[in-house]
Formats: sequence, C-alpha cells, structure tokens
Amino acid sequence: MTSSWQHLTMHEVQSLLQKREISAVELTHGFLERIAALDGMLHCYLTVDAQGALAQAQEADKRLATGQATPLTGMPLAIKDVIATKGLRTTCASKYLENFIPPYDATVMQKLRQAGAVILGKVNMDEFAMGSSTENSAFGVTRNPWHLECIPGGSSGGSAAAVAADLCLAALGSDTGGSIRQPASHCGVVGLKPTYGRVSRFGLVAYASSLDQIGPLSKDVTDCALLLQAIAGHDPQDSTSAPLPVPNYSQALEKDVKGMQIGVPREYFQAGLDPEVEQAVQAALNHYEGLGAQLVEVSLPHTEYAVAVYYLIATAEASSNLARYDGVKYGWRDPNARELMEMYTASRSQGLGTEVRRRIMLGTYALSAGYHDAYYRKASQVRTLIRRDFDQVFQTCQVVATPVAPTAAFRLGEKTADPLTMYLSDIFTISANLAGIPGISLPCGLTSQGLPIGLQLLARPFDELTLLTAAYAFERTTAFHRLKPPVE
Amino acid sequence: MSLTPEVVTQIAQLARLRLSATEVETFTRQLNDVLVYVAKLNELDTTDVPPMTHVLDLTNAFRSDAVGAGLSPDEALANAPQQQRQAFVVPKII
Repeated sequence: MTSSWQHLTMHEVQSLLQKREISAVELTHGFLERIAALDGMLHCYLTVDAQGALAQAQEADKRLATGQATPLTGMPLAIKDVIATKGLRTTCASKYLENFIPPYDATVMQKLRQAGAVILGKVNMDEFAMGSSTENSAFGVTRNPWHLECIPGGSSGGSAAAVAADLCLAALGSDTGGSIRQPASHCGVVGLKPTYGRVSRFGLVAYASSLDQIGPLSKDVTDCALLLQAIAGHDPQDSTSAPLPVPNYSQALEKDVKGMQIGVPREYFQAGLDPEVEQAVQAALNHYEGLGAQLVEVSLPHTEYAVAVYYLIATAEASSNLARYDGVKYGWRDPNARELMEMYTASRSQGLGTEVRRRIMLGTYALSAGYHDAYYRKASQVRTLIRRDFDQVFQTCQVVATPVAPTAAFRLGEKTADPLTMYLSDIFTISANLAGIPGISLPCGLTSQGLPIGLQLLARPFDELTLLTAAYAFERTTAFHRLKPPVE
Repeated sequence: MSLTPEVVTQIAQLARLRLSATEVETFTRQLNDVLVYVAKLNELDTTDVPPMTHVLDLTNAFRSDAVGAGLSPDEALANAPQQQRQAFVVPKII
C-alpha cells in the first residue's frame, strides 16, 4: 500500500495515467487502501463509496485507452458532505440528514462525472457548514494530520485534512465565511473560494445563500486551476450564477508578477495576530517584492465590522433556509409526535445540533418584528461599506495579501465553550464573502510547533486568473507546498 | 437590548425549536454576548448607505416554460419518513 502515487498531485498523476504507467483502477485501489489504513485515526470520511469509485475508475480507464480523457479523468476526489451526490448519502454532518440519499446530482457533480473524475466518498464538516473547526459535526471530529490534537479548521475540515494526508488527490469544499480557505491554511494545502456566482450552487445545501460558494482544495495551484476549470460556469439551474464566459485558467500559470501591485491592508496586521503568523506572511510579502511585485499599503477601514455583519446576515439567511427541515418530506422525524406542531418542533430539536440551533435562534431574532432594522438592515448597510472598501482598494492594486487566520490551528476543544471566540477566528476570511470577491489560501510556512501557516490573496470580482497568477508565482519559487504532515 | 430568558423562549417558538431549561439559560448568555458584540455596528453612521442584500447585479432569470426532466413520484418520496399511495403522511391536521 505504500506506493508513492498518492503523494503526487493531479497534474503529475495525469501524465502517468495518459502514458498508461498506472491505471485509474490501481490508483483508486491505492487510495481506498490508504483510507482504510489511516482514516480510523483522522476521520476525514463520513461515507466511502468503494464500489462506486472502482466502477468510475473502470470507466475512466476505458476513456483513457480511447483518448477521450479530460485532465480530471481517473482522478480520485473527495467531496464535502454538503454537496448533493445522486444515490450517495449526503448528511451535511447532521443527525437530521443521517440517512438522506439525494435523488439528483449537484451541478458541480454532474460536471465532475462528465469529466471522468472518481468520487471516493463524502467528507466531514461542521454541521450544515456552521463552524470553524469541524467540531460541530454530529459524527465526530476530524483530526489535523499535522498534529492530531489540533483542529483541521472548518467547516471544510474533512476536505482539507483528506488532501493534506493524501487520502484523495483533491477535494471540493464550500466557503460561506472562510470555510475553504481557513481549513486549507490549517492543513497546509491550497484552497480557493471563487467569486460569488462563478460556480453553480445548484445542489449545494444552503446555509447563507448570498455568501455560499463551492470551491477546490488541492495540493498545489496547478491542480486548483484544473479543478476550478472543471466546475466554473453559468448554470440555468442557479439563478445567481453569473452568465459570463469562463477563461482558460491554465493561462494564469504562464504569467508572472513583475510590476503587479499587491495591496497590504494595515487593518490585518494588528493586535491579535500571532507573531509567528505575522512573520511568515511578512516573509511572503518580501518574497513577492523579490519577484518584482510592488507592495502598496492600503486600508480596508471596515474590516473590524465584518464578523458582526456576517453573524447577522449569515444567521438571518440560515434561519430562513433551515426552515425546510420540518420532518415532512425527508430527514429525521420524531416517530412519537402525534400532532403537526409537535412533529415540527420535536423533529427539528432532536435532529439539529447545538450550534445550528444557536444560529437559527440568532437569525430568527435578527429578522423578528421590531429588531429587523436594528440588526439585519444595519448589517446589510455595513456590508455595502465593506464592498466599497474593496472597490476602492482595487483601484490601486490587483491583489490584496493578508494572513488567512490570526493563529495556526488551535487545539481540539479549546474554543467550543465560547461561540463568540470561535466566531472571531474567521476575522480575516469573512470580508471576501460579504464583498463577493475571490480568495485563495496557500501554504507559506510552519510555526515552531510544526503547524502550517497560510497566506491569503484576494482579487477583483471574477478575476480568479490574477489570483492564480499571483499564487503560482509564489508557489513555484518556494517549497512550502511540498511539505507533508507526519502521518503514515 | 438585553435578551431575557422569556424572549429566548419566544424566539425558539418562532423558530419551531424546543429548548430545555438549561439550554434557555446557556443560549440567553451566549446570544447576549453576540448581541453585545454586534452592537459595535452602531458606531457607524449608515444614514444614506443603501443595504446590500446581494453582491451581483442580477435581475430575474427567466426561462421558457418548457417541460424538462424532473423527479418521478417514487424518487421524490424515497426519503420520506412516512408515505402512502404516492403521498407524504403527516399527523392529523384538522
């Protein structure tokens, strides 16, 4: 089982598959064995679909043999369990949906299947994507492959840990307030949140509909571009997906950053930022200067209000979205309920976890009569100010560079007792969701304890090309993305 | 603007959630912490700022009224907690 294929990236495996040096079936077997050996310890997967994956791998081998392969044909991937997969259990890490089997595929899944990807299974997350540590999963925590007593980040913690530990070649996650970028940072992998509207949300179980986006988590920037290429584009099934052409993202990897203006917002380098994180991000900025980019000090003055805005808007939208879990058509129903209101209330209270209920409560309050203007409307107005900050800054620079999170991965259990402290750990990632702009996290160092540190780059709406150019320029002249966690 | 346990209980009813006495107590404290924190938004004067409910400049997305693929009744009912004769069964309503 210790073949070295699992440690490779997708684009490295691609040439082996195309030269038929390995088959997709062998590759898939290798990953299934590695999952069997290591996932008892890490707990990335909620569902492993060995049978389905091997059948898809056989199909992929046929396509490879007849020259009909795409860059993703035969690539074993993991999918966050918030994305609907036809015939494959999709739980959102909630007891409420423990036995839910979607009758349809999300648009991103249709695209991955058409491209010939192999779906290994569904990976762990905070329940309904609400959390920053994957500790809110109803089915147990996922451990950080770099340090088993630390959180992998969240909510896409299973996706990030599975990529880091080579339990898949790449993964899909979703990002509402940082849920791709923050776990990518904590697990030392690349994670991209596309512009709102770049990727279809059809079949993504809704948390906060004006903020949610699906995106890739991968071992390097080239793979990130490949996966984004496969899932991006307008979808008539999602009325909020943008009717814009999708550029060829591999072009981004041929450009450099000479003369590129990189904005450094002073509000992200203040009290509360861990010194080791600051040092690593500062070193990355210096590195960009060495590559010929120009650093520009900029200001995003409403940064300190982003967490407050987010926890009103996201919870308000959630309180509405999660009203569908009423025990009627699917999911958990209290079998003892004798009348309708009892059925609603008991089914929801038994099926939904504590953090989910807390956010529904907060959102219900923020929207309730007499409080709507003071909370929801006020937050929506400040959201405008946050977007204006970015519009302003992107007049003088193409990319903004910041830390992903104020600290490296914290310890399991450290913040579970105090929700507000947990919420504040998202302070650097939330603004991108509120403004709808794309953001990427890439590895830029390790702490003295050996935990990964992430660099965040943000760009103008729909300018993922520039984001990937800047990320790749850093990656190809550094070696952080090659560091591996000590799991075997 | 402080939340009382009574208001928390009332919000829970609106949200169709049942909370134990201990949960009412914990949620009251935790939600108050959050509300105290979000009150920092009042530092900002937003008098003439339009609210942003959506980041994209999209108008309604229309499509032609054509029959497309959908779920069969069996597929739609496959996840039902209780079903009978192609319908969802729920407790007696009237």
